[in-house]
Amino acid sequence: MADVIEVGAARDDAPPSAAKAPRRGATAGRTGRATPYLFLAPYLILFGVFGLLPIILGVWLSVHQWDFQLPNRPFVGLDNYKQLFSSDSAVFGDWWQSVRATAIFTLLSVPLLVVVPLGLALLLNRSFPGRTFFRAVYFAPYVLGVAVIGLLWRFLLDANLGLVNRLLGVVGLPSDTPWVTNMPWAWISLVGVTVWWTSGFNAVIYLAGLQDISPELYEAARMDGASAWQRFRNVTLPGLRPVLLFVITTTVLASANMFGQSFLITQGTPGTETRTVVWFIVEEGLRNNNAGRAAAMSLVFALMLVVVSIANFRLFRYKED
Amino acid sequence: MIQNDMSRRRLLGLGLGLGAAASLTLAGCGGGDDDGASGPAAGNGGKEYTGPKVDLKLWNGFTGGDGEIFKTLVNQFNTEHQNIAVSVATYQWEDYYNKLPGAASSGNGPDIAVMHMDQLATFAARGVISELDDVAKNLELSEGDFAPTVWKGGLYNNKRYGIPLDMHPLGFYYNKSVMEKAGLDPNKPPTTKDDFTAALVELKKSGVQGFWVSPFQFTGGMTFYSLLNQWGGTLFDADVAKATFNSDPAVEACTWFVDMIKQGHSPANVGQDAEYLAFKSGKNAFTWNGIWQINDLKKSPEVQWGVAPLPQIGSKPAAWANSHNFTIVKQRANNANKVSAAKVFINWLSQHSLDWAKGGQIPARKDVREGAEFKALPEISALAPELDYAAFPPAAPGLGEVITTFYNSFNEAALGKKTPKQALDDGVAKANKQLEDNRKKYGS
Repeated sequence: MADVIEVGAARDDAPPSAAKAPRRGATAGRTGRATPYLFLAPYLILFGVFGLLPIILGVWLSVHQWDFQLPNRPFVGLDNYKQLFSSDSAVFGDWWQSVRATAIFTLLSVPLLVVVPLGLALLLNRSFPGRTFFRAVYFAPYVLGVAVIGLLWRFLLDANLGLVNRLLGVVGLPSDTPWVTNMPWAWISLVGVTVWWTSGFNAVIYLAGLQDISPELYEAARMDGASAWQRFRNVTLPGLRPVLLFVITTTVLASANMFGQSFLITQGTPGTETRTVVWFIVEEGLRNNNAGRAAAMSLVFALMLVVVSIANFRLFRYKED
Repeated sequence: MIQNDMSRRRLLGLGLGLGAAASLTLAGCGGGDDDGASGPAAGNGGKEYTGPKVDLKLWNGFTGGDGEIFKTLVNQFNTEHQNIAVSVATYQWEDYYNKLPGAASSGNGPDIAVMHMDQLATFAARGVISELDDVAKNLELSEGDFAPTVWKGGLYNNKRYGIPLDMHPLGFYYNKSVMEKAGLDPNKPPTTKDDFTAALVELKKSGVQGFWVSPFQFTGGMTFYSLLNQWGGTLFDADVAKATFNSDPAVEACTWFVDMIKQGHSPANVGQDAEYLAFKSGKNAFTWNGIWQINDLKKSPEVQWGVAPLPQIGSKPAAWANSHNFTIVKQRANNANKVSAAKVFINWLSQHSLDWAKGGQIPARKDVREGAEFKALPEISALAPELDYAAFPPAAPGLGEVITTFYNSFNEAALGKKTPKQALDDGVAKANKQLEDNRKKYGS
């Protein structure tokens, strides 16, 4: 904190260059109050076109039965929303199934995606020969597209032909586990693959955070006789708090938006048990041309995520107090 | 069938290749062999186009080897027709069906679009494509020139929207070396229920699980769809108002198929494409798969295989099938020249569909199908008899999601999550609500 203030203060104190001052004043006079808005304009335009407008349009769609190709797109009020909550609509079962799938995946994957990369980062932050190599190795899967990892693991995890079951058989374990077609294995596979795939990214963020923690703090702690665990608890974790908040929030959102893995690896099986919300929204909106209903689902889902994110922030603020 | 299906499969195929790809990669033999018969095309029935030069845009989803053959054909057409220039744009089917309506309504769409038969009703109801009754009349095309099944499939509300190019059914692939090892005659694939069951029993004795039950649409779902029709069942009633795939025949068909697992002819939990990979590596003997696998299998000379029409397990023959159709896209500004040029193109390509057949499709046109040159493509022509009893999807808009529901119910049965009866009952309950929604939406 002190650093920041000092830097700011220094800037304020710096005398404006004599040559520049009058010109700046003249410009300010001419453009007046528009200047800040001009600077903001690029962002505002982007936000307006790609953020605000779609949201407004989404709300508009969600109160219509909307197929842009059909001549009449009747206003249906809150019907699209009601369908999501009334058990005799065609979409009710699928919708809540997908919410359930998304919740299960998020609850299972987030703790692992927060803790495993942290451990990884702590290890990779030590100095040992080959450190760079390992950093690259753990980050490598992340650069692969979901299509690649999806296909790869679908074949590796195939119950009857896959390498995973073959290897398990060789070491005497059951070799007929239905990794991608039955419960609870399908969830275990999806979470496992996701952890393998994306841990590298969170680990890199943690690494950056770890390197920001002043070595003097560790040195001081060591001099006070703090054990490794105590140093972790009292130096590392507090130092990482903002990074943790970032990692947890983005990971929750990323997990809640999971689509590709189950689309490609389990293909929703068994039945539709692993079909996530985002997948179902895509299916409703783009494939089945029920854009209105899909918009309603998106908004309800967005609301759910807002609630979760707020809870996240609350949790962390509480800790800080 | 199934908009989702086909397209999902195709997406997988494209993005991911391998077994999945096969459906797309109707690849194989290069085209370009026009056997010297260039030029008869635009003649007689075809109504030559004599107007000013026009550019025609054509969209398709032939991203596999079939795309190359298609482009070769189009090039040939262009050189033979000085006043028509057809340009081809190819998209993955998935993108294609999403993109087409928007492009058409904004005036950037193609003039001609290739479309699966099961999409016609939806796109017709959504006003993307034009009626083609007069085209068929001008070209003097009628049911007699095609197989009745595929010709009637181009109708929606008694109006024609598609001119069929080809059809791609499910075929019965048998692994000759595996059959031989089990003491079966590799040149006599089973054709009846009794033969089929007896062969499976022999295979089991030699330690082979002969017929794997894939829980996925590709290809277990399509196999079940064929069986259901063989048992005399249907997906929907005649008006496509109610789902009927939980009828007694449907449950029997499903039970027969899923019981393959209980009887030890199939492992449980077969993964996507596993039944096909197992077939290629000699782990099973029989698989019911699309005609598009022929060219894929030809690339694996080490596999001794044959292909025949599906055995008749139920009370009558039936096979899942779909068909590529030519459609003319509605334009904001009508251009009569373009439309007549498009007709010439459609007719020409239809007459040249022998070359198309080499890409792994059965030509819809009867004279091509009955010609000696088509019969010289043994594997492809072996499946031609299925045209007579092909089970095409019904023509009703918005059926994609309903048929997905059908496949998902089968998935639950095949994975043992529910009994066939329970799975199909649950599926029908949901499908009926979806049909109800569709009725409201499309006002049919």
